[in-house]
Amino acid sequence: MNTRSHYDVAIIGAGMSGLAAGIRLAHFGKKVCIFERHNAVGGLNSFYSIAGRKFDVGLHAMTNFVRPGVKGTPLGKLLRQLRIDRDEFALCEQKQSRIAFGPRGECSLRFTNDFAVFESEVVAAFPAQADGFRRLVTAVRTFDDVSLDAAPMSAREAVRRHVSDPLLEDMLFCPLMYYGSATERDMEFGQFVIMFKALFLEGFARPFEGVRVVLRVLLAKYRAAGGERRMKCGVKKISAHAGRASAILLDSGDEITADHVISSIGAPETDRLVAASASEPPTAAPTLSFVETISILDRQPAELGWGSDTIVFFNDSSRFDYVRPTEQVDPRSGVICIPNNFDYGAGRVLPEGIFRVTCLANYDRWATLPEADYQADKSRWFAEVQRSARRFLPPLASDDALAAATLTTDMFTPRTIAKFTGHLGGAIYGATTKHRQGRTSLDNLYLCGTDQGFLGIVGAMLSGISMANYHILQKG
Amino acid sequence: MTKDECKQVVLDIIADIAPDEDLSNVKPEVRLRDQMQLDSMDFLDIVMELRKRHGIEVPEKDYQQLASLDSCAEYLTPKFDALTGKS
Repeated sequence: MNTRSHYDVAIIGAGMSGLAAGIRLAHFGKKVCIFERHNAVGGLNSFYSIAGRKFDVGLHAMTNFVRPGVKGTPLGKLLRQLRIDRDEFALCEQKQSRIAFGPRGECSLRFTNDFAVFESEVVAAFPAQADGFRRLVTAVRTFDDVSLDAAPMSAREAVRRHVSDPLLEDMLFCPLMYYGSATERDMEFGQFVIMFKALFLEGFARPFEGVRVVLRVLLAKYRAAGGERRMKCGVKKISAHAGRASAILLDSGDEITADHVISSIGAPETDRLVAASASEPPTAAPTLSFVETISILDRQPAELGWGSDTIVFFNDSSRFDYVRPTEQVDPRSGVICIPNNFDYGAGRVLPEGIFRVTCLANYDRWATLPEADYQADKSRWFAEVQRSARRFLPPLASDDALAAATLTTDMFTPRTIAKFTGHLGGAIYGATTKHRQGRTSLDNLYLCGTDQGFLGIVGAMLSGISMANYHILQKG
Repeated sequence: MTKDECKQVVLDIIADIAPDEDLSNVKPEVRLRDQMQLDSMDFLDIVMELRKRHGIEVPEKDYQQLASLDSCAEYLTPKFDALTGKS
């Protein structure tokens, strides 16, 4: 073919990180093209429509929320780097969230976007831990979490130096793990710090119309900066020559070339493109995956008595087990999200009630089921997941009140995630090993996104920004 | 280009990359970093916007020349003049 295209930078994947990298590079005059296999942008944080109704995937809440005027935090850096005015996201703050532990959520810690609330809840529930908790907070605040080459350290060990009550320890880890940990049981301390700041010291917010507002803003910036994108056009193979990515073969059969390639699709997934015709890469540690149930209600959740909580992180057992379940789903712990319970302003409410519950799941137990069994298991677990979660919310007027208010439901499983994102094992938070500097086996091929290791939506965008700066823009 | 015009070029760039900063009272002799929240990512952006908008190259070893508005003007004015052919 003689119409071979050449780009300064080719980006694989139009998720949050790929779009952010693209905006930076296009803004500074690079000829950039993003290749996306799916027909929608957003990757792990996207939305889909069924019967005219839009469902968000991924985003429960945007973490890292700080109010205008608070500087030097990830949200502020992101807005500056992408030249986004914070009004464009029109973020609305959460009402309150909770960590609820015990068979009926007996031990509960509330938190809001005001850290003093969380601190006072911890001190009231765990008076003997007050000093230790404050020392931990100081350690978190003073940790250099943006270093790209810090030595890894166990977060469990670091936290235990300050917090000796295992219940409080687990309650602190639960939200942080659910919102970003690719590893079982423990986290790397740097990741713990990033998540602690993102959730507790900063906070939750959401645009009224959800994740599509964020995506719309990113796309508009990218387009205005002159970036190109090709949708429904994934990358099939990266050819290597002399230690460099020399050509990219697209699903369409076209081949393109680029001086630099940034891949947001994950480390093992990227390795697989490089080794496309060679052998499969070695199997990594088991990936964590999730199921999520979504119920659309004909009324505001507040009318059911569920009007206060934005997010509830729950666990019914004596210890919090953040591990890949042996069963299809582990309903003992999870996350409830009620998107109606953000403060959208006086009289402004979402048109329908939404009740989402996320639990840990095992990809292998879902992957190969015949269709009829898959559907049957989905319905069975749907009921089980909701039954489990309801224990941590105020009791309903009657047992069938939720069913009576439900207009429609949907559910995603690890199989859905793998199908729509291409992530091996239905992974949400990527592989267990992170590559902070974004390096790969090839000199001009870099990673951004979950496997680079900045977490959450804001983290994903900062990852794209950092890798574009570090590997390409800083070098002139 | 006068030194004051040069300072305005830098202020215009800062206004775009850090619209949340108040630039009405920037003291030219004081380090920018000490008057507002600018991190290394922001300084990289000042350098890159200088290149993008004005074709001015600032090599990494000279980044410290951009510390204050006064030092920016000292360092950048000759570069602007060289571009427009003035000595």
